Amino acid sequence: MTTRIVDLAASSVRELNQALHTDKGHMHWQVLNPAGRHSIAAGLDAPATVEIDGHVGYYCAGMNKHASVIVRGNAGVGLAENMMSGRVHVTGDASQAAGATAHGGLLLVDGNASARCGISMKGVDIVVKGSIGHMSAFMAQAGTLTVLGDAGESLGDSIYEAKLFVRGSVASLGADCVEKDMRDEHKALLFGKLTAAGLAGAVDVGDFRRYGSARTLYHFHVDNVGAY
Amino acid sequence: MCGIVGLFLKDKALEPRLGELLAQMLEVMSDRGPDSAGFAVYGAGRPGFVKISLRAPAGIDAETLAATLRGAAGGEVELTVRDSHIIVEVPAAAEASVRAALAANHPEIAVVGSGERMEIYKEVGLPKAVAERFGLSAMTGSHGIGHTRMATESAVTTNGAHPFSTGQDQCLVHNGSLSNHNDMRRVLAKEGIRFETDNDSEVAAGYLTSRLAKGEPLGDALKSALGDLDGFYTFVVGTESGFGVLRDPIACKPAVMAETEHYVAFGSEYRALAGLPGIETARVFEPEPATVYFWERAA
Repeated sequence: MTTRIVDLAASSVRELNQALHTDKGHMHWQVLNPAGRHSIAAGLDAPATVEIDGHVGYYCAGMNKHASVIVRGNAGVGLAENMMSGRVHVTGDASQAAGATAHGGLLLVDGNASARCGISMKGVDIVVKGSIGHMSAFMAQAGTLTVLGDAGESLGDSIYEAKLFVRGSVASLGADCVEKDMRDEHKALLFGKLTAAGLAGAVDVGDFRRYGSARTLYHFHVDNVGAY
Repeated sequence: MCGIVGLFLKDKALEPRLGELLAQMLEVMSDRGPDSAGFAVYGAGRPGFVKISLRAPAGIDAETLAATLRGAAGGEVELTVRDSHIIVEVPAAAEASVRAALAANHPEIAVVGSGERMEIYKEVGLPKAVAERFGLSAMTGSHGIGHTRMATESAVTTNGAHPFSTGQDQCLVHNGSLSNHNDMRRVLAKEGIRFETDNDSEVAAGYLTSRLAKGEPLGDALKSALGDLDGFYTFVVGTESGFGVLRDPIACKPAVMAETEHYVAFGSEYRALAGLPGIETARVFEPEPATVYFWERAA
């Protein structure tokens, strides 16, 4: 397997992203000198592996489909936003709105993710080894968010059907988000997600608490009929 | 949008490069703010003297101005002209009379700020052009802050450009928009804080000046701001000996910091920090919302 190396000190992000679309002969890519540039490896649509050596800017690996993107550094706002499938792994921290609106795939953050992690997530599995910031999983619709550290304020505000697992403390829960029983099926689900993230056996599923929707906000309630 | 940057040097060996590093950080943030740009540099100061940063219209006769100000100061006055700005160094005791002489004889000249070490420069135009006009890359000092503006709350004018200063050696750059600035401006004006513009960010600077004047340390003044200033903000603040960062509790505006044993750097985006020496091994982190960060120089 040959690796195609793209040095962003010499090529533009547009050239890189274009090549990732047109050059299907290379399944392994290495990106040098990202220097915080935006939209690196966005819109991938093939099962290639893209390794990025350094910190990236906004929207890295956005809309990802099938590809595996590894960032050796920190990521800016909107990492893996609207990911459809594949895998995105950041060895450092992720900024705000990591995994926003993502439909599928796995997003793994070795460090911390800041505010609004998993906002409006629609089926993605997010695993954060550190902690997450405030308003995470806001209006989360489906998927799982697993946090080995702590969660900031208003976790899961206005949440629909996503499942949230937090090992540490939760500063506060948002509207209509409640703690739920951690039954065996949830432990099995969580174990599966941890395994996919390479964390099987590294942490005990019994240490996590589960949070989800109380379902009082998004179901029509007959008592409110007069309001319509 | 707007871009803000800040660089606080811990290592004196880097001080000759302060301007060069700050200029490069500012230029990278052009995408976030192409309207206008400005910066404050804390360079060498002479004890007992004050540097007043002035902005003068084109064609001003520096020699005549110097003569007027010497008369007002009753002694030594040193002028350094950099494009549209003039730095006037006067004995601290003469500052009030020099300012009065300026107001009386030169209403066309704006006072941008003053302090023992702080110099402020700002202009309309692309950040790279603004930095070059004033020769930022050749400036030296211990710390500096900068701003690239995309105007939202007030007009694209030089007066609306950042940094804003309302107190000695104090200045602020702001990314965001404040919603209670009119009310706060009235409150502060009653306390005697003077405002030159309708700009929301100047109110934030005035607010901090007011708190510092009451004896609060920079860290406490920033903490008070969390309760009193409403809106979106990421602030980077400079004082004679310190450098502070504060984000609003919602963290609407981006911020990233890097720290090594040689410096602390702030950027709206990591791109602004990517060219700093030793950035590869720096601790790069996002400052937490509603959390005060500040660093002071050892006296």
